[in-house]
Amino acid sequence: MSREQAPDPGRKAAVGPSAGVASGLRPWARRERIDRGIKARSDDISVLASPRDLAWLLLPRTLPIAALLVFPLLGGLTGSYWQAVMLNTLVIALLALSWDLLASVGLISLGQSFFFGIGGYLAGILDTQFKLGPLVGIALATILGAVLATALLLPLLRLRGIYFGLITFALPLLLMRLVETTGALGGTEGMSGLTALPNRTVELYLLIAALLATVAGFRRLSASDRGLVLHALRDNDRAVLAAGFSLPWLRTQAVFWAALPATFAGAFVTHRYQFVGMPAFSIEYSTLPLTSAVVGGTGGFFGAVVGAFLLVPLSELLRGFGSLRVVVYSLVLLGFILVLPEGIFRFAARKYAQEERVVPLGEGQECPPPS
Amino acid sequence: MKVLIVSTLIYGLVQGATLMLTALGFSLTFGLSGVANFAHGGLYLLSGFLAWALVNRLGMPFPLAAAATVLLVALLGAAVYRLVLRPVRGITLSEVISTFALGVALIEGFRWRGFTTYDFSLPPFWPGEVEIAGVSVDRQRLAIVGAGFLLPLALWAFTHHTRVGLALRGMAQDETTALAMGIDSDWAATLSLSLGAGLAAVAAVLLLPLGIISINTGYEVLLVALAVTVLGGLESTAGMIVGSLLIGFAVVITGNFVGPHLSEVVYLGALVLVLGLKPSGLLGRSKEIEERV
Repeated sequence: MSREQAPDPGRKAAVGPSAGVASGLRPWARRERIDRGIKARSDDISVLASPRDLAWLLLPRTLPIAALLVFPLLGGLTGSYWQAVMLNTLVIALLALSWDLLASVGLISLGQSFFFGIGGYLAGILDTQFKLGPLVGIALATILGAVLATALLLPLLRLRGIYFGLITFALPLLLMRLVETTGALGGTEGMSGLTALPNRTVELYLLIAALLATVAGFRRLSASDRGLVLHALRDNDRAVLAAGFSLPWLRTQAVFWAALPATFAGAFVTHRYQFVGMPAFSIEYSTLPLTSAVVGGTGGFFGAVVGAFLLVPLSELLRGFGSLRVVVYSLVLLGFILVLPEGIFRFAARKYAQEERVVPLGEGQECPPPS
Repeated sequence: MKVLIVSTLIYGLVQGATLMLTALGFSLTFGLSGVANFAHGGLYLLSGFLAWALVNRLGMPFPLAAAATVLLVALLGAAVYRLVLRPVRGITLSEVISTFALGVALIEGFRWRGFTTYDFSLPPFWPGEVEIAGVSVDRQRLAIVGAGFLLPLALWAFTHHTRVGLALRGMAQDETTALAMGIDSDWAATLSLSLGAGLAAVAAVLLLPLGIISINTGYEVLLVALAVTVLGGLESTAGMIVGSLLIGFAVVITGNFVGPHLSEVVYLGALVLVLGLKPSGLLGRSKEIEERV
């Protein structure tokens, strides 16, 4: 009973006669997915059998975190360029996490730059008005920004599906135009000369800590009772309503939690560049996180981070090619939606834990050829 | 003062017709198949450059090039459904993302290939100007007003009085019943995408002669289409006419009396306000339950 059959082998069942012949089985065979032995052992048996099992189980969980924590110390090896790329990657990863939480509640956001820009501008205002220093400023801007963003979205939270997408698409553009035309908050000039963060290592560790805390926090939230209700919002909101929950209140909570990493990212970037302006609402901060989440795989939060770590460095490599960069990642996005909608993370996780094999279709049973 | 009022009236009407033409394809596709075609702006831009290439590279006369453009882009719309949308049909998120990605890829692709100079412009169908009550208006704008009000009416007749149009509306209203009546869902959606793309091309060949073809038009067109469609309400021709006239006059009035840079704020503000207050739009009825709980 060490090997269990995968829950839905049917999806991969369409295999022509050649596969059966090649593997020396009956002419009509299908592929099925089963858990690798090592997965079954480490899942089912509480005593781990060998160091190999232990490594199989722990390495994928600890190695990335260890690599993240060591990265800032290797400044001499990586050079400041890749450190800057890492900063961008982490910022996009935070926005992608925020997107993923919203999506798991059934709210499709096409405008993560809304949260990002609010966090960024609040940090700018706090810094120019009160001079609290970057760390206190970022913390305050994160929390106040999340409150403000949630409050602004509050009247719109009855919307769902594509209508929420439309409104989030329009809001950052609207705010950007308002800043441009009214000249408020520095207008087209923005606010510059803000307080800088101490140094690059502090910047990196701040973001890494935020990323790890966000992933852990969101996963814990998803696993809690409240998280179950939130996911049910996406799957069947009328059932949640019938169970006596207040939908707007649940959505308000979800938007608040989702806003936190995004406003943090905005506030951080403001202090990093010592500048905040209209680019904070630019569409790039909406499309890159969305693409990251889709490429990595939505739901579960690891996918969003993996997506950002693949996509942002790629995007940086293409920076010299002007808008070809945007074309490439749009096409990557399109390709993933069509070909691998589960995303890279789930795909890789499945390959890691399961293997495929060809099995005959039933004992002594002839199947008609697929039409 | 009188001239200002007359010019506000005339240009408001022109602006309204422009918005209506811009939004028509998007609104039709959204109303008939529920697909928010975020590639609308990309298709619009593509139509402009395609017509330009047919005129300037192949030496076609402009009316012929315009007709060919509309036909080709309509075919492309059908292909977009078959290749890009059918695999993800019914998953709203994936539909939006895939069309959005396609649109951005088109627009940024043109930017990358250097379609950004002032060389790209289309000739007007009907050159010259006329003077109405002391305000001179070029004839292309009058043609736009004419087309802007005739096309929605023609489409209304098409969707209410032809078998094909009724089949499409049946599919939009109740897919299960429509399937039971023998209407093919994929066929209906392909047709609605193709019509929407064709209308984007019609708008492009009518509107682009007013200026040069600039890349950012692609994004503006999408915004305008969203604002007008949402404001007027889905599936409501009257709503669309009222919506585009409202926004058109609002844009011209703010442009004349407040400041010329505020026009985009008007679209976006209208979009946000309507979605917040009455998401089914001014005259929409049928989708009230689906969009919110």
